[in-house]
Amino acid sequence: MASLLRSLILLLIVQSFLFAIAFGSNEVEEFSEALLLKPLPDRKVLAHFHFENRAPPSNSHGRHHHLFPKAISQLVQKFRVKEMELSFTQGRWNHEHWGGFDPLSSMNAKPVGVELWAVFDVPQSQVDTSWKNLTHALSGLFCASINFLESSTSYAAPTWGFGPNSDKLRYGSLPREAVCTENLTPWLKLLPCRDKDGISALMNRPSVYRGFYHSQRLHLSTVESGQEGLASGIVLEQTLTVVLQPETTSVESNMQPSWSISSLFGRKVVGRCVLAKSSNVYLQLEGLLGHELKNVDTEIEAHELWKNAEFELSLKPERVLRESSSFLFIFDIDKSSDSEPFDLGLTWKLPSKWSCQQAPLHASRFLMGSGNERGAIAILLKATESQEKLSGRDLTNGHCTIKANIFQIFPWYIKVYYHSLQIFVDQQQTTDSEVLKKINVSPSTDKVSSGMMEMMLELPCEVKSVAISIEYDKGFLHIDEYPPDANQGFDIPSALISFPNHHASLDFQEELSKSPLLSSFKEKSLVRSYTEVLLVPLTTPDFSMPYNVITITCTIFALYFGSLLNVLRRRIGEEERFLKSQGKKTGGRLKQLLSRITAKIRGRPNEEQSSSESPAAQSSVLSSKLIFKIILVAGAAAAWQYFSTDK
Amino acid sequence: MAAVKRDNEEEVKTDDGSPKIKPRPIVRLGIFLIAHSPIFSVVFSAAGVLALLLLPLLAKNTYISENALMPGSARSMLSNQDVSDGSKLVKDIKNFRLNHEGQGVEVQKLIGKYMSEMGAEVSYQKFHPEGNQFHPLHFFSGPDSYTLLENVSCASYGVNVAGIIRAPRGDGKESIVLVTPYDFINGGDYESLSLGIVSSLFSLLSRVTWLSKDIIWLVADSRYGDYRPVAAWLTEYHSPSFKVSDLLKCDELNTADTFRRAGTMAAALVLKVDGRSERFEDTLSIYAEASNGQMPNLDLINVVNYLAVHRQGFYVKLEKVVSLLSSSWLKIFGEIFEAVGKLAHTLNPDWNFGIPAADYLEGSATLASSLYSQALGIPTGPHGAFRDYQVDAITLKVSPRFPPHSKTRQHDFFLRGARLLEGTIRSVNNLLEKFHQSFFLYLLTSPSKFISVGVYMIAFALLVAPLPMVAASLYIDGCKALTNSTHNPAENFKSWKWLDAAKQVFALHLLGFIVTLLPYFICQLPGQHSPRNRSIMWGTTSSSLLLITFVTIPGCSPFSSRLHRNNWAVLKSVTIAAAFIGLCLMSIINFATAEIGALLLVPTCLMAQPIKPALRSRSIKSLLGALCSLVLVTIGFPVMFFAISKGLLGEGIVGLSLGGEFWTWLESLWAWKSATYLYIGMVHLPCWLLCLCILFHPS
Repeated sequence: MASLLRSLILLLIVQSFLFAIAFGSNEVEEFSEALLLKPLPDRKVLAHFHFENRAPPSNSHGRHHHLFPKAISQLVQKFRVKEMELSFTQGRWNHEHWGGFDPLSSMNAKPVGVELWAVFDVPQSQVDTSWKNLTHALSGLFCASINFLESSTSYAAPTWGFGPNSDKLRYGSLPREAVCTENLTPWLKLLPCRDKDGISALMNRPSVYRGFYHSQRLHLSTVESGQEGLASGIVLEQTLTVVLQPETTSVESNMQPSWSISSLFGRKVVGRCVLAKSSNVYLQLEGLLGHELKNVDTEIEAHELWKNAEFELSLKPERVLRESSSFLFIFDIDKSSDSEPFDLGLTWKLPSKWSCQQAPLHASRFLMGSGNERGAIAILLKATESQEKLSGRDLTNGHCTIKANIFQIFPWYIKVYYHSLQIFVDQQQTTDSEVLKKINVSPSTDKVSSGMMEMMLELPCEVKSVAISIEYDKGFLHIDEYPPDANQGFDIPSALISFPNHHASLDFQEELSKSPLLSSFKEKSLVRSYTEVLLVPLTTPDFSMPYNVITITCTIFALYFGSLLNVLRRRIGEEERFLKSQGKKTGGRLKQLLSRITAKIRGRPNEEQSSSESPAAQSSVLSSKLIFKIILVAGAAAAWQYFSTDK
Repeated sequence: MAAVKRDNEEEVKTDDGSPKIKPRPIVRLGIFLIAHSPIFSVVFSAAGVLALLLLPLLAKNTYISENALMPGSARSMLSNQDVSDGSKLVKDIKNFRLNHEGQGVEVQKLIGKYMSEMGAEVSYQKFHPEGNQFHPLHFFSGPDSYTLLENVSCASYGVNVAGIIRAPRGDGKESIVLVTPYDFINGGDYESLSLGIVSSLFSLLSRVTWLSKDIIWLVADSRYGDYRPVAAWLTEYHSPSFKVSDLLKCDELNTADTFRRAGTMAAALVLKVDGRSERFEDTLSIYAEASNGQMPNLDLINVVNYLAVHRQGFYVKLEKVVSLLSSSWLKIFGEIFEAVGKLAHTLNPDWNFGIPAADYLEGSATLASSLYSQALGIPTGPHGAFRDYQVDAITLKVSPRFPPHSKTRQHDFFLRGARLLEGTIRSVNNLLEKFHQSFFLYLLTSPSKFISVGVYMIAFALLVAPLPMVAASLYIDGCKALTNSTHNPAENFKSWKWLDAAKQVFALHLLGFIVTLLPYFICQLPGQHSPRNRSIMWGTTSSSLLLITFVTIPGCSPFSSRLHRNNWAVLKSVTIAAAFIGLCLMSIINFATAEIGALLLVPTCLMAQPIKPALRSRSIKSLLGALCSLVLVTIGFPVMFFAISKGLLGEGIVGLSLGGEFWTWLESLWAWKSATYLYIGMVHLPCWLLCLCILFHPS
């Protein structure tokens, strides 16, 4: 059997070698860069950097990549990663103002901290090992404590509540991870031009980290070649989404701020990354202005649109694409040079107002209860205004429904009582079966694994609000399990609310250019939103008082053992008898003392005397000694006090 | 008592003339203390009272324990622009209220508009001004979840406005709350100044980049008191009801918007502006006591005090018992302590415990007020509502030195007030963990001086120390007397002699428990009753219950002749033991109540003696003793003590209104879930009754 397998592998290798000679030159590694700029309704600007690196299916393990980062391809090969996404996020995505129903927000609105999920292409039994190894490898690669996801208490294996349906999926998140430039630098190292040239040169650290939201994402997926013998190709997608506040000079508060690339980032694009196949800058304007301009003839659009009464662009776009509710201006940065840098600017002339498309339900999550014992987690889903307009309703059984999946991980010290799950639809308590279509619960085990809950709700379309509450108990940690800042509280990672029947995509009327960014927008992506991270205060021991604890413990021990020894050792009856026998012999105390002194002078113990010496006499001698000692010590103390105060 | 001593000594000696067997030193000490209990009880009680009087001397200077707070280390970023925003809001509200005669929720909407213009998320919350219902089982339980009331009237409800500034780069896990109570209908000019200060600050906070915690500004509708709106908002924040609320139907305000939340609260500051300062500077009063004498972390007070004194130049003060400031006896004590301190200083320059008599007087007046408000167990402001959710909160009451219409001064006042709050918020914002470093159990003698639990417990321990001693000595005494008087060997069975007395004590404690529960049933009675009638009802039922107890349970009555002549000693011993246990338990729950209770109960219990023998003997000493115990027992009656303390505080009430006043006072106690109420009903009242029994014992 083994020899057969070996020969088969040999055959495969030879075959793939031949294939490489035959087709290897066909597909080359491709890299493309793009930047999307989008003014937001609340006077901020969203900048979305998108880099895509494709390695075609290749036949060799030892082959050198031209553009594709070796670290990533090794990662994929070593751990047999089928699909993986890693995101570092700081700040919160504002679903109300920045949108929740477009591909941009559904893919790039991530929970605070680090989030990692991966699908593996290994046998079921090896998935956990692969995950653990992967976390360590990524931890080293990105200078982050992703290795904390290794422990089984911090990750979960969602089945259907999280996007991709697979039993080889693992998901984990670290809400407390601080994201900074040390995570960005290794991420930039994966790009062929790093941040030296092209669009990535815009990433001036102070301006990127000054933003209101900052999320760097790395998504990789393997593409099966479909051909025998070829290793799968890898698509690496790296995005950085920042929300920046342009500095305003205008006094009018309802006027949108004007900005340019140089005012946002403090830098300009001086040329494209020469290794990139395409490098474009897009500007997306959406909402109200799009509607107004709809009746403008498409022919004149290209000339007129970028300079009109409402706003003005500083550069003429190459093309203008039209979507149902927005316009997309495409710029090519090929022409820019050192002498003539690319500096796109947007100047508003009239005050304008628009709103972003929102997800069908707005989710928020909070803790209920007080005190150190019990509590409840509540998830509140509120219908948004845009819900009416949305398509994608499921019209089964004649009535319209919205499906919502809720996926939530609970750390083990949050002991959730799943039976206490209550669902209120429009402030009426419902029996579970009415709206709850499917639920999957895996309870947590103390110090071993975290709990997970997946729920599928099917709600009527006219629903106004849904509240889900579930009670929990707070667990106790062992003293060395507390983190250094235990008194802050403990985090419950974000819950994920996704709407399986709603898909966000940008639907361009014109035919598409080959830009990877646009094609990723065109793909239908699941509408999802993450809730807030929660902070649960647990009972913490008083770490600042180990001294007191040690003292009290030692005192108790001393008292206990002292009295125990006394009880075991002393014989009260004997002592009494002894005392009585002593009472009969009343020798002169002076005589005894004298004999003792003579014995001492002779230098040998006076056995006769010492054996018959009464404890009373002994005690009197002892007490005189004691008094002498006390006087000595007191004298020393007085002398010390006198001399010390003198100075 | 001398006989007891002799007896004990005789007991120690063995009868066959051999040298006495010495018991262990600790036992010897115990026997010695019990033998000399009268002297020691006087000494210990006096020492306890003295230690209480010494507390202002022993107060330590406060210090900031949590290093992360770093108060005042950053320069204030508040600009004149922010302040003029605040002034504009105050002016707008004033004009608006002049034009529209206090109707609806328009003022709330105006404030909401301002908030959202500053970039905050605004939400409105309706609440009911319903009072707290007394329920005996709800003591010590957490804040109960929002109970739905049947047939709610839409006529009276309040509307709170809350604005939330999200920290730009924060994770939204924690928040800091600012509360300004404001009466939207008849709020005065001074009250609106607090809105001005906070809105100046809010305007700044919406721009700053250093926030790591979200900021919530709650404008509480104080039409129905300061506390209720804040409590209602907190209930909605922490334990909302997802069911249909009747309030939704009374729709004056389109409450389509959701109630907004912002994570776990790290700290809360309540700001109030009232009255004109009597001093040259602007005055800042700090109120910190929450229900049952719970205090916020000392660090929070320290930060505010540090910033107010060293940065913004406020005159910071605490509540004082004003009548104590002019009392001559306290002044004499202060002068004595000052003289002793000076003497000690001349002996050794390192001994610096003396403080000037004036400082001592101030310190003790503040301490007395601190003790009083902790003992009462009623929160001294809206901050008390936060303590129920383990949030550290204080109320800052600012009194400006200018009349409310002075525009130029107002600007400066806003600037300083907002800078104080900014500094405090910045400090709390720096905190990574919640407040835990500094003290939670302390008494304040001045804004910058405190007495920690380790020091003030000494006074209490000294005060209650005589109780077990006297109990033991009385027990030995009583047993001996019983053994002498009876010759029945069956009754000589020593260990059961306390049983009769214990029965009586238990019966009276049970009675106390029932009397404690009675108001609940009286409140349930149909029809409207005045507090006076209710108190009369309570009084009559209680006394009839007492009579029933005396009649039905044999051996309970002090007047039954079945009892032995010296039985009162055993009864007193058990009473004292019960009082001791009660006081010690109470000291864990609420120290201040236990301290004041001990001051009353310990002398009463110790002095209680039957009057009859004293009257019979007609010696001056025993007559004096009887008179003393009579006076103490009279003062010890809760109603009497209430009247006396009212008189001390300067509000004299005499006559029949007393009952009504007392009822209202008790009502407030149980409404705030004060453990003091339980203490009065279940420890003080039974012990007082027992003392009464001893007083009229037919011996």
